[in-house]
Amino acid sequence: MVVEILNDGGYRSDGRRQYELRDITIELSQQGTADGSATLNHGLTQVLVSVFGPREAKMRSQTMHDRANINVEVNVLPFSTGERRKRSRADRRILELASTIKATFEPVVQTALYPRSQIDIYVQVLQQDGGLLQACINATTLALAAAGIPLLDFVCAVSGGVHAAAPLLDLTTLEENDLPHATVAVMPRTRRVTLVTLETRLHVDRFAEIFQLACDAGQVIHKEMKRALRERTTALVDALGSGLGRPTGNDMVDRDMIMEET
Amino acid sequence: MPRPPSPSIPEKDFLYGALKQALRLDGRAPLEMRTPSLDFGPELGWVECALGKTRVLAQVDAKMVKPPPERPLEGIISIHSEISPMASSEYEPGRPSDEEVAITRMLDKVLRRSDVVDKESLCVLAGQRVWHLRLTLHCLADAGNMLDCACLAGVVALKHFRRPEVEVVGDEVTVHRPSERAPVPLSMHHTPFCFTFAYFPDPATPPVLDPSHLEQQLSAGLVSVALNAQRELCVVQKAGGVPLAADELLRVVDVAVGKAKELDKIVEARLKEDWLGRHVEVR
Repeated sequence: MVVEILNDGGYRSDGRRQYELRDITIELSQQGTADGSATLNHGLTQVLVSVFGPREAKMRSQTMHDRANINVEVNVLPFSTGERRKRSRADRRILELASTIKATFEPVVQTALYPRSQIDIYVQVLQQDGGLLQACINATTLALAAAGIPLLDFVCAVSGGVHAAAPLLDLTTLEENDLPHATVAVMPRTRRVTLVTLETRLHVDRFAEIFQLACDAGQVIHKEMKRALRERTTALVDALGSGLGRPTGNDMVDRDMIMEET
Repeated sequence: MPRPPSPSIPEKDFLYGALKQALRLDGRAPLEMRTPSLDFGPELGWVECALGKTRVLAQVDAKMVKPPPERPLEGIISIHSEISPMASSEYEPGRPSDEEVAITRMLDKVLRRSDVVDKESLCVLAGQRVWHLRLTLHCLADAGNMLDCACLAGVVALKHFRRPEVEVVGDEVTVHRPSERAPVPLSMHHTPFCFTFAYFPDPATPPVLDPSHLEQQLSAGLVSVALNAQRELCVVQKAGGVPLAADELLRVVDVAVGKAKELDKIVEARLKEDWLGRHVEVR
């Protein structure tokens, strides 16, 4: 049975339109003792990232005197794909994924604030349906923000591909297997690109098209991520009972308001 | 193994200052590549590629094997590249460092995943016998940009290699020795070349193509673009480093397109030159 990537009515195999992104679900509840953690879904692709740090480095040899060391470990669970396959930790592809994530976040995390410490990022891939790098990067940004680690900006990633001169965004596994595709990560405030990976043959002009598209799509993902973080922070602040707008007429509230104004 | 010391502050300041004025320490223009020199060995498929002082040796050899059951009609290509401490004392034997993983994965993407060699043409007898090509890369010296050098060496070795002629009669396979029948070149879909650009922390500094060792150590980000002379991109890799504006990246890709055409001409000319100098006798 041949599944059409994009049919005449403009619908893709999972019912989306050409430029439509998959449903994004973000969950920021605490996982274990992690300082920050996030579970992100792009449609059926699910990734869980836990961040520990900044904390004392396990291996003194890896510390740097003027900044924090970022350590990324990726674990792709055997049940994440359709066929159960156990992947070794030293699998080159997984090592490459980890080093790509590390390289992406090194200039974004303000490591200069925490010399001689270590920030550990543990990525668990729970379900794979295309857009793995995209999901890992988005989830890592959220987990770092949830951990309270200062970042220069969000990093929002999107994958894009081209099918018969029609650009598509946010590809599923079916589409990734057939189409040339690229993953682009942008920093939304400055609209600059921090990561581009293209691994399949693609004409230069087509690449320019999906590149521009992906940059714009990054802004959309940024909105979702900000919304989720804001909801979470508001919920936490309410639970602590220290939020503004509580008519208690207490000294504490006045002091808070003074701090806000400065 | 002791790591070489990181660059000193005077070296750093001098390099950044010079680059701001678009001057490179070896006298090249910012977007000028070192001229590659290709030396072919006595056997076919043996080439040593040098970009300035960076040298990589590539060798291709082929043998016939039984294909795996899930792919009975395709040949097998395996790339073996290990960076030994001979290239530079930064690399340790055994455990692959971050850089080594990056180079190996990049080579794999450029030479294997982008379908350089037509695998179906390597099939001799469906399900029974296919050619297994082994490309071995030895990194001899690292003076910056070993990735580009390794990709170039690999691609040229594949183009230079000739496999023995095979005759199939029914189920019988006869491999003819090179002295009996002229060996056959590999059927290649395209010829990818890799170009690496280095970016520096100061945004006013222009990117440099084909960074030297010092430039690579002091760079804040690297962008690698692999493409062929037909304007088709094979790999674009920018992982972290300095964030770039979208049009800046596209400009870099355009520069790479121009360079790919030049490099293609150089490689073709060199291969022709070498081929004319060889005697392929058929008795």
